[in-house]
Amino acid sequence: MSEREIMQYDVIIVGAGPAGLTCAIRLKQIKPELNVAIIEKAAEVGAHIVSGAVIEPAPLDELLPGWRENPPPICVPVAKDELWYLTPTGRYRLPTPPQQNNHGNFIVSLGAMCAWLAPKAEALGVDIFPGYAASALHHTGDGAVGGVVIGDMGIDRAGVPKDTFTQGIEIHAPVTVIAEGCRGHLSKQLINQFKLDQHSDPQNYGIGLKELWRVKAGKSVPGLAQHTLGWPLDSSIYGGSFIYHLDKDRIALGFVVGLDYKDPEFSPFEAFQQMKHHPMIRNLLEGGEILSTGARAIVEGGYQALPVTEMPGAILIGDAAGLLNVPKIKGTHQAMRSGMLAAEHLAATAVASSAGFDARLRNSPVVKELHKVRNIRPAFYRGLWRGFVAAAIETVTAGKLPRTLKLHADYSALKKLAGYSPPDRHWVERNLPPRDRLASVYYAATEHDEEQPIHLQILQPDICITRCSEEYDHPCTRFCPAGVYEMVEDSNGKRLQINSANCVHCKTCDIKDPYQIINWVTPEGGSGPNYQNL
Amino acid sequence: MKILVGIKRVVDYNVRVRVLPDGSGVDIDGVKMSINPFDEIALEEALRIKEAGKAAEVIVISCGTDECQQQLRTALAMGADRAIQVKTGSALQPLSTAQALLRVIEREQPGLVILGKQAIDDDNSQTGQMLAALWNRPQATFASKLVFEGEKLTVTREVDAGLETIEVDLPAVVTVDLRLNEPRFVKLPDIMKAKRKPLDVIPLEELGASLASNLDITRYAAPPLRQKGIRVENAAQLVQELKNRGLL
Amino acid sequence: MSKILIVAEHDGHTLNLSTAKCVSCAKAIGGDIDIAVLGQGHDAVGAQAAALAGVSRVLMISAAHLAHPLAANWAPEVLQLAANYTHVIGPSTTMGKDLMPRVAALVGVNQFSDVMEVLSPLSFRRPIYAGNAIIDVKAAEGQKIVMTVRTASWPATGSGGNAVVEQRTAQGTAAGHSRYLALNSAGSERPDLQGASKVVSGGRALGSAEGFALIYRLADKLGAGVGASRAAVDAGYVPSDMQVGQTGKIIAPDLYLAFGISGAIQHITGIKDSRTIVAVNKDAEAPIFEIADIGLVGDLFTVIPEIEALLG
Ligand SMILES: Cc1cc2nc3c(=O)[nH]c(=O)nc-3n(C[C@H](O)[C@H](O)[C@H](O)COP(=O)(O)OP(=O)(O)OC[C@H]3O[C@@H](n4cnc5c(N)ncnc54)[C@H](O)[C@@H]3O)c2cc1C
Ligand SMILES: Cc1cc2nc3c(=O)[nH]c(=O)nc-3n(C[C@H](O)[C@H](O)[C@H](O)COP(=O)(O)OP(=O)(O)OC[C@H]3O[C@@H](n4cnc5c(N)ncnc54)[C@H](O)[C@@H]3O)c2cc1C
Ligand code: SF4
Repeated sequence: MSEREIMQYDVIIVGAGPAGLTCAIRLKQIKPELNVAIIEKAAEVGAHIVSGAVIEPAPLDELLPGWRENPPPICVPVAKDELWYLTPTGRYRLPTPPQQNNHGNFIVSLGAMCAWLAPKAEALGVDIFPGYAASALHHTGDGAVGGVVIGDMGIDRAGVPKDTFTQGIEIHAPVTVIAEGCRGHLSKQLINQFKLDQHSDPQNYGIGLKELWRVKAGKSVPGLAQHTLGWPLDSSIYGGSFIYHLDKDRIALGFVVGLDYKDPEFSPFEAFQQMKHHPMIRNLLEGGEILSTGARAIVEGGYQALPVTEMPGAILIGDAAGLLNVPKIKGTHQAMRSGMLAAEHLAATAVASSAGFDARLRNSPVVKELHKVRNIRPAFYRGLWRGFVAAAIETVTAGKLPRTLKLHADYSALKKLAGYSPPDRHWVERNLPPRDRLASVYYAATEHDEEQPIHLQILQPDICITRCSEEYDHPCTRFCPAGVYEMVEDSNGKRLQINSANCVHCKTCDIKDPYQIINWVTPEGGSGPNYQNL
Repeated sequence: MKILVGIKRVVDYNVRVRVLPDGSGVDIDGVKMSINPFDEIALEEALRIKEAGKAAEVIVISCGTDECQQQLRTALAMGADRAIQVKTGSALQPLSTAQALLRVIEREQPGLVILGKQAIDDDNSQTGQMLAALWNRPQATFASKLVFEGEKLTVTREVDAGLETIEVDLPAVVTVDLRLNEPRFVKLPDIMKAKRKPLDVIPLEELGASLASNLDITRYAAPPLRQKGIRVENAAQLVQELKNRGLL
Repeated sequence: MSKILIVAEHDGHTLNLSTAKCVSCAKAIGGDIDIAVLGQGHDAVGAQAAALAGVSRVLMISAAHLAHPLAANWAPEVLQLAANYTHVIGPSTTMGKDLMPRVAALVGVNQFSDVMEVLSPLSFRRPIYAGNAIIDVKAAEGQKIVMTVRTASWPATGSGGNAVVEQRTAQGTAAGHSRYLALNSAGSERPDLQGASKVVSGGRALGSAEGFALIYRLADKLGAGVGASRAAVDAGYVPSDMQVGQTGKIIAPDLYLAFGISGAIQHITGIKDSRTIVAVNKDAEAPIFEIADIGLVGDLFTVIPEIEALLG
């Protein structure tokens, strides 16, 4: 293979989410002469973004004063908050915890908002390259990060170049800003390589599933932000739903489950579908149609899991660093703040440098916010009710109690089949669409050239058929929201069938697989879901 | 020889197209837009012809609003030499597009015009044929193979009955089918180079084309859902049922 | 009243079925229906056209340059005839799609493509976005209508007609710049999946490449093309060019027979415009039964041999 072509920038940003775009815009606002590029694996900016999203507007006010005159395409001020506790058929109104008070916030489609931010960055001179995945890191002679390598395109399943083979180029820069969002492919490598997490707790995650519906006219109340707890989950599982009422009879409906659930037979997708059949939600959806669906992991470790966010030649920002505020279930304002902070840091020296960014971040309101709420999520390890009590205490004391609860890794939470019996969750027969995961993933409009190498690498395939069959009964066939993993038995024997073309890049398998043998890598650039307004 | 390639901006083929509840159109709010896939194949073929030394310049042209410049830029990044936007206020119907293209052809004098066999939005499959008619030149539609012999072009066409070969004199209009080639990926540095390639904007009025009147779309609707049919109990009933319906 | 001209499709000997479908569409418009049969030494075709029910006249035009349906030669000829008609119709086959827009441009009008329903003599229904939306389109009063007819939407008109056959002389000459060379028909083997009027398809249930032999055998008995689900392709039972569906081929045969295919939406996307869908699946709850015209709950390994036996 020939030498890779090289492009040189002052700052290269991986990921055009709110963190990456904000960082780029801020960089050019402060220092217009900088050459800044963003690499984005989605075919279009925003097409891989799944979020709620109720956002806090303060960072947007700071970044783009006057944005309210020309708001993003979906942007509805929150008019009312509701929190409900659901039983299989009933519901109780709970007081809205202060973290979830959304007065002054906006309901947006974060994907659409990113697509709206991108041209603003381009107008300032940022080069944005959607459709290209940063597949590997480039290191300089002294071991520092020196940039990224764009994935090759046009390779067949066996790894052989096809007619259309196009070698990926290298992009070099003094600093690489990793803004890949939750559980990034490069972030994971860097955290391992530079041992960025050696002094922090293991990271915790959740999986978020979302559907955008158009309901029957008159059923939605634009601006209403509803959250639910309780059914269809039992109290041992951390999670709940959000129901955000948008304009034009649209409802953004989602479900978030902590990936520290113990039940090996549990299916987050099924739980989400169950939740839609609660009378309160079913009434809303009946007669409507699905417009779009998606799924994405959420980073939930907060303060205790915060890795060191700088290393020679690179920094982590946004969800890639794990800055999401879990009790608020909001990460966008944190991602944007950290992006601006990074820009200010990188623009401060003649040649951009990562040194000192971690300290700057830890002294900023971004990490202060995480510190305040640090004990709320781990308090739920021992169940919903104890969690509530602890959450109330932590909230009243604003996190000032001198204690910090420990986190444990999600993949280790799963119980073995032998000796575990799940509680009766009173799940019901369902009839709202989609009927199954294949029908659901249809609305994610995901697309991968089926000839390309499988981007879900199983490091020890024999474990699937031997140990996993006995110990966990293939949880991958249940936690993947897109039906990527199937156990098949035919004349060739029993095997794991990986439908990699179904993948929506949520990263759940990489996180939850109990043996940690699934490695998600970037497929050909431009592959993956084509989310619309998620 | 110059090759002129038509580029239409369309809703990406991965988008689940949906009719608006009030039947006034399809919902293209926030959807991904792309080069019509058949036009991409047309461009790929033109580039290969040029790379084989049989053409000097590849010009891409799109009739549309300013948004189509995005697709023209992509076409330039793929390797086209320059681009022309015929600027219109709204989408043109096929005959008007052909009329506009003809005016540009008169200016540019291309030896070959390559278009997609159809656009995947309107599925009209008319523009190339109409252009050939107005230009009074040969047409070779649904092409799956092109072979040059001097001023002549032998084209293999995918027709219902199999593969038909015809020979046409140049200049000619070719419309391409799926199997002709697999378009290349755009290389990242070429995106930067494309920003510096010429893109001329010509207002439609300036071309002086007199446009045909449009057909009027009065209503959009979702396709009727397939209904659940009947159950048969065994193979004999199945075969009988198929015979009854004249399917065997 | 409308005066309708249909341009016949044929291979020199036999009238293509699509012409009879155009007649059905013409009847829906209502009016006097004539068929133009261009070609050379093709009298047999004229007789077949005259036998179609509902046709008034068959106009035979014979000339050397019309022997093959080269649009550049045919279109000016059709244009001459068009002067006397309100509607000029061709089938939405590759022949009709090639010819009719050239005619429309010469007439100076936009064409109605793929007409699936007639709403009035000036207003028609047709699919766009690969059938994901249906539009009603209307022409201005007094405009000449040129259209292609979506063959899958129309039944063939019956025979028993007795139209007058008139010989006309060609008005034009060869365009000179376009020459027909050859036609390589798909041959006598199994029909191409994309063009076949019948398709037999198998899913993962076949269990092996050897198991798939069952599907091939039945297909050959029916003269059908062969397709497969992605699961069958991924398992290595068949090559990937046989995949039907969202990432495979989109087909619309008259008859689609699915054996051991669950009917995931991505598969259905590839067959939803088929005229008749038959499903055999041992799971009565399989989604394919939601859309199948004829469903049979049963084991394909017994059902297929039974069907074969019944076909003799
Ligand atoms: C279901 C759900 C609901 C949520 N609700 C809310 C809410 O209501 N309010 C709120 O504020 N936050 C919410 N969040 C969290 C919020 O979405 C995230 O905190 C925020 O998106 C983080 O931004 P980011 O820029 O760090 O990462 P992301 O938004 O994840 O963006 C990362 C980008 O990088 C790209 N990328 C990743 N790896 C590569 C690579 N190797 N090469 C090229 N490109 C790459 C991705 O495609 C993506 O576009 C929610 C999240 C979920 C999943
Ligand atoms: C992005 C994307 C693109 C896709 N593209 C395509 C595509 O182009 N084409 C496609 O087909 N799929 C596609 N799929 C996959 C699709 O979702 C299904 O997974 C696939 O179609 C299933 O194939 P199957 O029905 O053969 O297998 P299964 O779902 O395993 O179904 C097998 C069926 O056989 C039945 N069966 C088993 N044994 C017997 C027996 N002895 N007799 C009778 N019946 C029996 C079972 O009841 C079952 O219904 C795509 C998916 C995604 C996400
Ligand atoms: S394969 Fe992994 S990353 Fe892809 S959708 Fe499934 S769980 Fe998510």
